[in-house]
Amino acid sequence: MGERDSQRKTHVLKGIGVSPGIATGKALILDYSIANVPCYQLEGEAEVLAEISRFEKALKESRRQLAALRKKLSDREGPKPLFIIDIHMMMLKDKTLINNTVNVIRERMINAEWALMLTIDKYRAIFEKIDDEYLRERFSDVEYVGQRILRNLVGREHIRLTDIEEASIIISKDLSPADTVQMKVENILGFATDMGGKTSHTAIVARSIGIPAVVGLERVTREVRSGDIVVVDGLDGFVIVNPDPEVIRRYEEKKRHFEILEDGLLREARLPAVTRDNRKVDISANIEFVEEIPSAVAHGAEGVGLYRTEFIYINREQLPTEDEHFVNYRSVIEGQGIKWSTIRTFDLGGDKFISDPKLAKEMNPVMGLRAIRFCLQEVELFKVQLRAILRASAFGKTRVLFPMISSLEEIVETKKIFWEVKEDLVRKGVPVGEDIELGIMIEVPSAVVIADSLAREVDFFSIGTNDLTQYTLAIDRVNERVTYLYDPLHPAVLKLIKMIVEAGHRAGIRVSMCGEMAGEPAYTLVLLGFELDELSMNPLAIPRVKKIIRNATFEESQALLNKAMTFSTVREIEAYVRDYMTSRFPDDFRRED
Amino acid sequence: MTTSLRIFTITNELGIHARSAALIVDVASRFRSEIFIEKDGREVNAKSILGILTLGAPKGSKVTVRAEGPDAQDAVDSLGHLIENKFGES
Repeated sequence: MGERDSQRKTHVLKGIGVSPGIATGKALILDYSIANVPCYQLEGEAEVLAEISRFEKALKESRRQLAALRKKLSDREGPKPLFIIDIHMMMLKDKTLINNTVNVIRERMINAEWALMLTIDKYRAIFEKIDDEYLRERFSDVEYVGQRILRNLVGREHIRLTDIEEASIIISKDLSPADTVQMKVENILGFATDMGGKTSHTAIVARSIGIPAVVGLERVTREVRSGDIVVVDGLDGFVIVNPDPEVIRRYEEKKRHFEILEDGLLREARLPAVTRDNRKVDISANIEFVEEIPSAVAHGAEGVGLYRTEFIYINREQLPTEDEHFVNYRSVIEGQGIKWSTIRTFDLGGDKFISDPKLAKEMNPVMGLRAIRFCLQEVELFKVQLRAILRASAFGKTRVLFPMISSLEEIVETKKIFWEVKEDLVRKGVPVGEDIELGIMIEVPSAVVIADSLAREVDFFSIGTNDLTQYTLAIDRVNERVTYLYDPLHPAVLKLIKMIVEAGHRAGIRVSMCGEMAGEPAYTLVLLGFELDELSMNPLAIPRVKKIIRNATFEESQALLNKAMTFSTVREIEAYVRDYMTSRFPDDFRRED
Repeated sequence: MTTSLRIFTITNELGIHARSAALIVDVASRFRSEIFIEKDGREVNAKSILGILTLGAPKGSKVTVRAEGPDAQDAVDSLGHLIENKFGES
């Protein structure tokens, strides 16, 4: 790859920083898809010849690997898989495939990966015209062989995170739980992926093991080759490819600054969130995986304020069994250093149950048959989850949180099912927790309006600011054309939050908040002013939020909130709150984030 | 240089699938002649597994085997034998 290396200049890709920190190291590309390969033009006969020999080397290497695989399998497997390997080997030696690719390299003066991809595409087009389904699907073998050659062209064998030998920055389209299970954590410096957002699996895993990650880079698997040096800046969401020494030095410095700051925050993270005038706020973590708990506790979480259970359901062929639910809930509830666990019941649309094709696609799924609505229709499915939660509640303080309640009937009906399940377990002698608390998400505007009567039915409220904002302002958060209107500091949203807290406290129940707003340090004083009893957030946000609470007074937070609520536009409220926070906590709000 | 040509009907259940295609390549590669198989006006090299697979020849389809070279006759006979014996499938 010598002549190409000299052409590779430093360049920068922008994505979303989802796990803070900075890592510099060798890139390791985890997966190439045929539609996702580096493409570039060649110049001159010498480059063409070099490219053809690179292609031939990749073919030779592919054959060697297959032969080795065949040998390994011949001891253990029957003749069938061996036969497929023979077919693949034959394809690797196929003159038409080879000549076609070589001709494309020569005639179009393009790199081997691109030429191979075009050749495979040609085969795809021919196969697609075959009537017989079985014969048409033989294209999958062609694709498999193409993948193997591509992987060898870009200079690596099939790699899994389980057997990474050298400390590397992992470049991938996206990472799934299948990729990250059993990964060798000590050899993974950072993640950079094409797809994903703040709550994607890559982001969650990176935060839980404390390595930097940038996602949503769109082209990183295309622009980086294995072995390239890259910098992953999870603070600002940049990936720098082939950085020059000056850039590396600057990032080393940035890294040192970040680590000093982080150390300072972490040292104090386990201290309680008590204001100078002695008001205590419970601080808890929003989590999705049991594996996140140790990091959450290290960052100062006192409990789990939101355990999202959807991951137990999705990415699988069959519905989870009661025991599978139970194992997850029990490990959360028993989590080391966790004083309470709030388990939210299923909060997705029915279409997430792969096994149920009768559920049609909905026009407007966020307002459709989902969350508690779905559970009340599919009571037997709901009972499986409730039984598992109840059984797990015997192992520690448990709160059950029902999402998307919009009417009194829904919570009455839900509680009836819950108590039925509980009585049934008790009758059978199954141990359950004595002090389980039941609560509801307040995220639908109608629930705010009837909060007084809802409060009489439950032990706590949890405010879901993401959906509450979306439903109140009639803004589809996923629709890019209107997201500019989405703002939890909208005066209407602030008034609703105030109503919720007041209704809850009038009835003598706890009110917590578990939306993204809770983890935004710029809003911490506003939320403190609302007299919320608990803030539950992304664990990484906890140290900064706690630090602000510990350095503030409850009194000033109320003054700030009262003043903010005298404004009638988002812009004024935001400007006022930001100015206040920046001048009050200059060390924490220097950067525009 | 001789040319030999014959038409066959595919009679095995799965048609020319991966395994039967591989057998055709195996047999064809033993001959020095150039060998082609044609179906519905598309002709492919019988020594190329990718070519043969792209024929998409299910049970009941008709294919023409054509060979050119010193052992053309022998090649067509051998491939014909393979096809008529349903590639050894029961």
